[in-house]
Amino acid sequence: MPLNNALKKSVNSSEPVVDVSPEVSDEIRKTTCYMCACRCGINVHIRDNKIRYIEGNKDHPINKGVLCAKGSAGIMQHYSPARLKQPMRRVGPRGSGEFKAITWEEALQTATDWLEPVRQTDPKKLAFFTGRDQSQALTSWWAQQFGTPNFAAHGGFCSVNMAAGGIYTVGGAFWEFGAPDWDRTEMFVLFGVAEDHDSNPIKMGLGKVKGRGKRVVSVNPVQTGYAAISDDWYGVTPGTDGLLIMSLIRELMFSGNIDIDYLRRYTNAPWLVIRNPGADDDGLFYRDADGNPQVLDQKTGSAVPHQTRNISAAMHGEISLVNGGVAVPAFMLISETYMQEALSPEAVSPKVGISAARIRQFAADLAEAAFSREIVIDQPWTDWKGEKHEKMIGRPVAMHAMRGISAHSNGFQTCRALHLLQLMLGSVEVPGGWRFKPPYPKPPEAHPKPAGKPNQIQAGRPLAGSPLGYVLGPDDLLLDPAGNPQRIDKAYSWDAPMAAHGLMHMVISNAVAGDPYHIDVMFMYMANMAWNSSMNTRGVMEMLTEKDASTGEYKIPKIIYSDAYSSEMVAYADLIFPDTTYLERHDAISMLDRPICEADAVADAIRWPVFEPDRDVRGFQSVLLDLGARLKLPGMVNDDGTPKYKDYADYIVNHERKPGIGPLAGFRGNGDRSGRGKPNPGQIDQYIDNGAFWHKDIPEEGRFYKMANMAYQNFAVEIGICDTPQPYTFQIYSEVLQKFQLAARGYGDVQPPKHLREQIKKCFTPLPTWYAPFEEVAVCEDKFPLYALTQRPMAMYHSWGSQNPWLRQIHGHNPMFIAPSLAKKHKIVEGDWIWVTSHHGRIRVPVAIMEGLNEKTIWTWNAIGKRKGAWQLEDDAPEVKKGFLLNHLIKELLPPKGDGQRWLNSDPVTGQAAWFDLKVQITKAEPHEPKVSYPQFPALSRSNGVNPKPQKTLRYGIEWTKQFKKISKANK
Amino acid sequence: MTSLPEPSAIKLGLVIDLDICVGCQACVVNCKEWNTSGYGAPLSDENAYGENPSGAWLNRVHAYEAGTGADARTVHFPKSCLHCEDAPCVKVCPTGASFKRAEDGIVLVNEEWCIGCGLCAWSCPYGAREMDPSEGVMKKCTLCVDRIYNANLPAEDQVPACVRTCPTNARHFGDLGDPGSDVSRLVAARGGFDLMPEQNTKPVNKYLPPRPRRVADDTPVSLLAMAEDATPSGFWKWVDSTLERLG
Repeated sequence: MPLNNALKKSVNSSEPVVDVSPEVSDEIRKTTCYMCACRCGINVHIRDNKIRYIEGNKDHPINKGVLCAKGSAGIMQHYSPARLKQPMRRVGPRGSGEFKAITWEEALQTATDWLEPVRQTDPKKLAFFTGRDQSQALTSWWAQQFGTPNFAAHGGFCSVNMAAGGIYTVGGAFWEFGAPDWDRTEMFVLFGVAEDHDSNPIKMGLGKVKGRGKRVVSVNPVQTGYAAISDDWYGVTPGTDGLLIMSLIRELMFSGNIDIDYLRRYTNAPWLVIRNPGADDDGLFYRDADGNPQVLDQKTGSAVPHQTRNISAAMHGEISLVNGGVAVPAFMLISETYMQEALSPEAVSPKVGISAARIRQFAADLAEAAFSREIVIDQPWTDWKGEKHEKMIGRPVAMHAMRGISAHSNGFQTCRALHLLQLMLGSVEVPGGWRFKPPYPKPPEAHPKPAGKPNQIQAGRPLAGSPLGYVLGPDDLLLDPAGNPQRIDKAYSWDAPMAAHGLMHMVISNAVAGDPYHIDVMFMYMANMAWNSSMNTRGVMEMLTEKDASTGEYKIPKIIYSDAYSSEMVAYADLIFPDTTYLERHDAISMLDRPICEADAVADAIRWPVFEPDRDVRGFQSVLLDLGARLKLPGMVNDDGTPKYKDYADYIVNHERKPGIGPLAGFRGNGDRSGRGKPNPGQIDQYIDNGAFWHKDIPEEGRFYKMANMAYQNFAVEIGICDTPQPYTFQIYSEVLQKFQLAARGYGDVQPPKHLREQIKKCFTPLPTWYAPFEEVAVCEDKFPLYALTQRPMAMYHSWGSQNPWLRQIHGHNPMFIAPSLAKKHKIVEGDWIWVTSHHGRIRVPVAIMEGLNEKTIWTWNAIGKRKGAWQLEDDAPEVKKGFLLNHLIKELLPPKGDGQRWLNSDPVTGQAAWFDLKVQITKAEPHEPKVSYPQFPALSRSNGVNPKPQKTLRYGIEWTKQFKKISKANK
Repeated sequence: MTSLPEPSAIKLGLVIDLDICVGCQACVVNCKEWNTSGYGAPLSDENAYGENPSGAWLNRVHAYEAGTGADARTVHFPKSCLHCEDAPCVKVCPTGASFKRAEDGIVLVNEEWCIGCGLCAWSCPYGAREMDPSEGVMKKCTLCVDRIYNANLPAEDQVPACVRTCPTNARHFGDLGDPGSDVSRLVAARGGFDLMPEQNTKPVNKYLPPRPRRVADDTPVSLLAMAEDATPSGFWKWVDSTLERLG
């Protein structure tokens, strides 16, 4: 609100005159935030070549001017005393944190000397894994050109269940790849903790929904964060969301509150499924000779290809098949599966921890919002069959879920169940529902399959394809002829067949165990595996320092690590590539990777160095390209052997994945082409001039039903997302899962080992089902009666910034929150300390008492605890003394079953780390015990080149505070 | 002791929506970031990387729980100076450093005159003032007086930093002395209230209450009553009639 100019003059002469119009900054440089995974646009105000202020960019599609606590603390991150200063080589024992400074030339030559022989002999002996990497289009390509299949980012321990569950079911995923229609929805339902990805858009959306007086519903054992402002809170018992969702589906079906027309048009509910028990085609789709799935034409009673125009597909019925058995619409299997008494609200209520009446109320609210508040937009459109529609019909129920659903061993199927609930309501890609952001929708068939079969890995040659992808059946698994895993993390093996993001949490454990083999070099980026990014943190620290008794060599012989800060992981590396801060680097927020698109627009963005580094550090991506050139990796060198790219910026502008398609979609060609066009040498400058992003609206006609909408499909081709239109049908019934099911039943050429067959039969069901999380089945309920999990503090999460002096004043330590009933039972009062014990370990932690909490659940904030000596925090920092990690209680493996197998504490479908399956007991700590969190570890050495003594007192901005300036007491 | 001016016609202040605030702390940190280089001395931080880090902040968000059991709810409560019309902090100031602007009602501290005695903080019933640990002067919300009239900023940015940055749009700025202003209308529509009115400080800032939540013992809706025949055969009858209607 601009105020009247007349006000600027003080009306009271006795009042001090205030300078209300001081100069703000010399210059504003616009770039992209990197304080978390959200990628907001920021205006960096610069004064005297220092940061005066960082604010949100009002023109930016992601944040439209707002900025969160993390982004607003960027100043402190940029000037952090924990910044690494130069390349380093380890001199002390691994884990000591003792290093010597070396030159970049020495660092790069050392890495080349380590990696060259690996590439020339057995490239898979390099494991290259990245953490909070936002450049996976580059890093995965680099791994592919090196020739190793052992590449992934951290999705496997983050939320791969949501990605895989989404892609295999609806061809899109929650994460930041979809969005509720905030402006139109009547009811927004949030499952589980989600204060991580898409954080500002979700906060802005919550404000919109609440601001319009619409209903916000939270399903979460803990009433924190977004759940705090919900109009309805369902304090579900952890790991039972799937049961709750299926009970809702049952109620909606029995009451006739499902969108039959939508299911028939856009999902495979009418597709015919073969029922032929005991045969190798049981449960597969009935297809014609060309492979087209068939539906039953109501009028003629015969099977016709599902794409036939103007037919009326039956939702029940049966036809006999000449090869034996019958075929029925998948919808019949759906009804058989979800209309069971076992899923009634009364039946699931005790397990779920919500009364039957409340479950019914929830279902009624969904039904009311979806069907009584239908939205109609007068926008004609044409579907993939060529059928024309006059209107767009909306079912205004929108949902979102992330880690709360994902981080369980039943998370994949629970995620699928959630998408099924959305589809039953007809609320995916419709007005008021949940919508895709390009490049989604993109079904699994449109993704590459993973490469890494034995013949695809060859010494001295690139991998035959992308290391990560989507398998479509057992034949696509990466196995050796004996059926053993090909990848170090066992992704795409029978341990985790549909592991779309790899299993970063298993790399160190497997490499040290030599299961399936040992590696030579482990190369990681931005991944704090020696602390909060690993299960079994103490065990991982031991593994990283474990030596082979016969050779005296570390079991993981060489570790290269790149980070901008002195994290715990730095101490466990042999060679350090110091990275820049986010304000000193180039980046592409790329359509080839994880862009910043919106449901109504395609968009991408850059980072650029708004400051030049004042240390001997380099952006990791530039280092990677330099290393690639030294290794002569194809695509990274010219024909004469010289480096193809000067640095990452050069790559961003000039690299082409295929002709005309590069990392950035905007300002191609002569600067006037979008999506496709030849490289434009002025591209980065044009991005900078445009606020560091590019954005193009999707035509009005293509904004909903994108999976089936030809206007969108044609737009996607034009913009370079795909080369031909790729419309598809939502897969409620998953034939991919059924193929794995059949393999477990003994059909096909590729079958699981005996010990995994029962598990695969139970978990790889073609329709979403619920099974109990693995850890609670493996441990004694009486001994470990409680669930323990973490929530994401909005002011900290994904900020890798607990050393940030402003943010650590907000979250400097983390109590364990317990319910009042539990406190009473154990005679615990606020401020007491307790021991929390799991089957794997024990921790001693401070307690806080909280009412809004599922009674079987205890929780704490994620990743606040730090190791002594790390991050340049002082040894008595509360993060060290009172902060703690739950990670010490969680093992990467389940308790041994006595069969000699290493059973993963992961989802058996995707390999997603099952962080939230954790079961514990609590006991009150004795009064004589120290009020210090346990375990504590020896302080890491600070002889790693960073500032050994950070400033005690900060007075940021003092040089600009002239207002009423008096001589500072500190300066006297 | 310092005297207050006649109540101003223009009463600039904030309206904070407790129904929408998720406690994300964006306003808290963005306020610190703007103001540490702005009005008066920097907002310093002691033990920035050590034990008990503590700094001066002009705005903090506290989380409380209200109610018990299933009816409990977490309330995130942003707290900063309320720019009271009858500001006790001004009246107790022995040097005249604390003052309330006659033209718009903003309460400020003239740091030149502040001796750091802390009386104002003691007198403030809301705990809205903080002594700067390094400078020894009293810090408080300025309502971004160096933004709201600042000709060096685009007109749309001439609002307090906390308002501009708030992701959920839970914070609103305007003239609460004008009953026709957007903020006054919002207060009227949503039942905005004074914090601790019994203190008679007449705060200018207003809070909007959380909407009532549906509680556990509400009469459950009988969803099945929506169906004519809630059995599997009834379901298929409904499917058939629906398909017939769709053609």
